[in-house]
Amino acid sequence: MGLVADASSNLGAARAQMGLSLGWHIVFACLGVGFPVLILIAEWRGIHGDPDSMRLARKWAKVAGVLFAVGAVSGTILSFEMGLLWPGLMGKFGSVYGLPFALEGFAFFIEAIFLGIYLYAWDRLKPKVHLASGVPIAIAGVASAFFVVTANAWMNNPQGFILVNGQVTDPQPLTAMLNAATPVETGHMILAAFMVTGFLIASVYAVAMLRGRRDRYHKVGLLLPLIIATALTPAQIVVGDIAAREVADNQPVKLAAMEGLAHAEVGAGEHIGGIFINGQLRYAIVLPHVLAFLAKGDINATVQGLDSVPPQDRPEAVTLIHLAFNVMVGIGFLLLGLGAWLLGSWVRGRRAPASCWFLRAAIVAGPAAVVAMESGWIVTEVGRQPWIVYEVMRTADAVNPAPGLYWGLVALVVVYTVLTSVTVFVLRRLARSNGNGATGVAV
Amino acid sequence: MLANVVLGFLWGGITAYVLLAGADFGAGFWDLFSGSAQRGEARRHRIAASIGPVWEANHVWLIFALVVVWTGFPTVFAAVGSTLYIPLTAVAFGVILRGSAFAFRGAVTDLALQRVFGAAFALSSVITPFFLGTVAGAIASGRVPLGTARGDVIGSWLNPTSALGGVLAVEVAAYLAAVYLTADARRVGESDVAEWFRSRALLMGVVTGLTAVAGIAVLRADAPHLFAGLTGRGLPLIAATALFGIVSLVLLLRRSYLAVRVTAALAVVAVLWGWGAGQYPDLLVGAATVTSAAAPNTTLFFLVISLSVGSLFLIPALMLLYSISQSAPPETQPRYRP
Ligand code: HDD
Ligand code: HEM
Ligand code: HEM
Repeated sequence: MGLVADASSNLGAARAQMGLSLGWHIVFACLGVGFPVLILIAEWRGIHGDPDSMRLARKWAKVAGVLFAVGAVSGTILSFEMGLLWPGLMGKFGSVYGLPFALEGFAFFIEAIFLGIYLYAWDRLKPKVHLASGVPIAIAGVASAFFVVTANAWMNNPQGFILVNGQVTDPQPLTAMLNAATPVETGHMILAAFMVTGFLIASVYAVAMLRGRRDRYHKVGLLLPLIIATALTPAQIVVGDIAAREVADNQPVKLAAMEGLAHAEVGAGEHIGGIFINGQLRYAIVLPHVLAFLAKGDINATVQGLDSVPPQDRPEAVTLIHLAFNVMVGIGFLLLGLGAWLLGSWVRGRRAPASCWFLRAAIVAGPAAVVAMESGWIVTEVGRQPWIVYEVMRTADAVNPAPGLYWGLVALVVVYTVLTSVTVFVLRRLARSNGNGATGVAV
Repeated sequence: MLANVVLGFLWGGITAYVLLAGADFGAGFWDLFSGSAQRGEARRHRIAASIGPVWEANHVWLIFALVVVWTGFPTVFAAVGSTLYIPLTAVAFGVILRGSAFAFRGAVTDLALQRVFGAAFALSSVITPFFLGTVAGAIASGRVPLGTARGDVIGSWLNPTSALGGVLAVEVAAYLAAVYLTADARRVGESDVAEWFRSRALLMGVVTGLTAVAGIAVLRADAPHLFAGLTGRGLPLIAATALFGIVSLVLLLRRSYLAVRVTAALAVVAVLWGWGAGQYPDLLVGAATVTSAAAPNTTLFFLVISLSVGSLFLIPALMLLYSISQSAPPETQPRYRP
């Protein structure tokens, strides 16, 4: 293969590269948002006389140190890719939606600075001062998620500029940032970050408990993150429902793809499962009228189908979008069920369920939350295609036409495969070692 | 006017990146040349202890520069990103490798693994500044035209000025690191280590100075526009570089480690600003000036407000970080044993 390729092969490669880098980064980004809060809660309990929580806080801080470094470098590559892959987007709209990234930059500074203090000065600061030094990390983590998702919300809901002969005039960065999709998207994402963190950490301790390490340390390690994550699940479902209605109003074609609606339907039914064959959804379970009610608040309302726009304006991967949406919602309700189990057992016996089945469910919950979160992003991003800026700029017009671009994808796949394996390896090592000289616990 | 303010923030950010993150890369360079695991142990430990708490914060200056360019001068960002995608991809991978390898090395305990991660950390610490230097050379020699991918994707960064930029970047990084580490080592009482870094700083000071002098000939032949700028408006700054460079050597010889930190940094700042002064007001030589490439005023206005308010939080926080990391008693610093 030579260094020659045409722009159309660049498009596929660039999209794959962007998707892979984002999908990778977001896992660490979620931990960057959620983990500081968890660690602080554990440390706070530790200061107030719970040595197990203190041990957890120290352990988690060590792990977080590695995770944050990987999160920071995987985010850096994204910033480069905005220019390497999508110069058309940035050159034209950087003045409109660049501002949140600049604000995010300051959040990164605060996060990295206080992380340095928090991790490296633990034994030199008074306990309360040390605890306080962690608070800016938590705030900055949430803030950075907020800012970057406003940028994404703008891509879905572009506003705050005027196009004159294809040229951007009168950019209004604040209007762009605060668009109709911003509140739901940012809220949904921040909740997702806490859920992913909570369920993932809980998984790790559930594994240890299933292997017989049922001491208090492991119980706290399981329950503290699990309670937080399950408590947020109902809120996440409510926000998700609002998000779907926002999508129905502002991005009807994306909604049609999510719901698998090929044609407009009066009193549209909710389609679960199924695949698209020749432009029709087959083998789906249909709940009559449910979609019309959920999306429009009226069981007889009409919901637009994919055919409301010409074929070149529809996303191609409709089956993927539809199933990804089903998976996210399905996992959301399963996680809600796990929370109900925990709550029920608490109400009846003032204790968490101790059965192996509960632990097994908790183990699965961590990866499941990640899958839900990734599926949500597939819905959002693939569902926006063929637009990079919804109904304003096509992804094909944004991509870098430089020859040989796809080698970047090849390199990225190699680097991320290695990096993923090494990160998992190092984290397992860290998990087995124990900073405080206690028994050889698994976590 | 506003465009110039934004450019000021940008150039300030790039300066901070060179002085702070540059030294972190340089520390990786010395890690590479610290000798066998046994002989190099104390030096590697000093390097890890010095950059551990600060490298992530220092690294953010790069992100800062990127986002200010893409918001304030979007077409320049698009032009640079698309034409120079090859060296920029190399930088991005270098950043990944450097950051993760350093974090991993600190997290594992057995020797073989520490060696592997250490080697990756050290190697990427050389690759990253090198390619950043080639990018600077490409821009400085006017090889990046406006528009998407209009430049030569290979020749833009594979040329004499870029090579000079790459080599200088690695040397400057190594020089700054050696100077900073000398003082760090002395502060915690490791006088052998301090002596080792001191001799490296002297060596690198001389090598960097010679490269810069040879570079004048390169620029004259390969980047006449920049050469004219450097010998015109940039001349006082270039003279200042020479002066600070020589003073720094004298201070190193006299073991004035704290003073030399300042003069060495000033020497580097003067080169950087000499380049800036020589090229101003062009951002892309002959293709885009600071005003022609700037985003519309509303954007610049919000950007300047954000940057100013952000700095109010940032500067005290940075000072806190540096004062805490500089006052650490040696025994509480992270321990790295190769
Ligand atoms: C823990 C993760 C998680 C869970 C349990 C859910 N979601 Fe979600 N969802 C996300 C994580 C997520 C996400 C990854 O965070 C997304 C991608 C973009 C965004 O803002 O949030 C998302 C996007 C997203 C969108 C697209 C928004 C857009 O394109 O603008 C809709 C309509 C929903 N979600 C709806 C729901 C519903 C009805 C749920 C009910 C169970 C649900 N989500 C559970
Ligand atoms: C971190 C969570 C995110 C994930 C997992 C994600 C996922 C994806 C995926 C899978 C694609 C490829 C779409 C396709 O080719 O069909 C994509 C494209 C893209 N995303 Fe996202 N995305 C995320 C967040 C964001 C955010 C916050 C932004 C910007 C602020 C963004 C900007 C883009 C851009 C510019 C593209 C390329 C153009 C396009 O395909 O539309 N993404 N993303
Ligand atoms: C929904 C999507 C995203 C969320 C929630 C998110 C959030 C975060 C968080 C919390 C961090 C800190 C990471 C940590 O400490 O582990 C981070 C790092 C980073 N992110 Fe993302 N991010 C997202 C997408 C993006 C995109 C699209 C870009 C670039 C265009 C980006 C650029 C960065 C950069 C440069 C860093 C490193 C900052 C540093 O050096 O400390 N992120 N992100």
